[in-house]
Amino acid sequence: MSGALAIAGEALVALAILVGSFFLLVGSFGLLRLPTFVQRLHAPTKATTLGVGGILIASMLYFLFTTGRLSVHELLITLFLFLTAPVSAYMLAKAYLFHRRAERELPPSGRPVGWATFDPAASRDDPDEALRPR
Amino acid sequence: MIEVALAIGFAAVGIATVFCLIRLALGPDTADRVLALDTLVTNAVALIMLLGIAQATAVHFEAALLIAMMGFVGTVAFCKFVLRGDVIE
Repeated sequence: MSGALAIAGEALVALAILVGSFFLLVGSFGLLRLPTFVQRLHAPTKATTLGVGGILIASMLYFLFTTGRLSVHELLITLFLFLTAPVSAYMLAKAYLFHRRAERELPPSGRPVGWATFDPAASRDDPDEALRPR
Repeated sequence: MIEVALAIGFAAVGIATVFCLIRLALGPDTADRVLALDTLVTNAVALIMLLGIAQATAVHFEAALLIAMMGFVGTVAFCKFVLRGDVIE
């Protein structure tokens, strides 16, 4: 491999590592600093997944530039994490909502209607009923 | 160039892991602790991948994949336990 291409490859790997670790740090900082659980849920499930994706891309590029072969192990981990992060976030949100039992203990939903989990209209046939003025 | 980026990356992910540990200790809700554990697992996967780049070996991929899978299964099991009071009904 020529010198310029090797330097460009190194720069790409270093950039991917830096971007990935930055997003991981931001996600974990959000987990520590945000005030309520439903806000805290956003930081790790979005930023951290993106950060680990960046580091996996860095690993792929590194082994592509050093061995000259494309390694697809990382894609497996990326695919798995990107598939499971929304599922675990959904499960955590449901667990939080039901653990609190009473709706008044929850933070405001920030919408004209309350939390859909506790809306009696949401379990009826017409899902848009809760949005209409009564 | 990669060495410097790796050092910064290890430091950042290490600090991120400490943040998760603080949230794990603080709580205050059960769901907060489960979320902190889930994030801790994601950070562990990133750390293992960084170690793989630093040592230029491919033997850590399986460990990272297994930890990611165990983390997901653990999160779902914890959530199921909080939701239903039982993991397998």
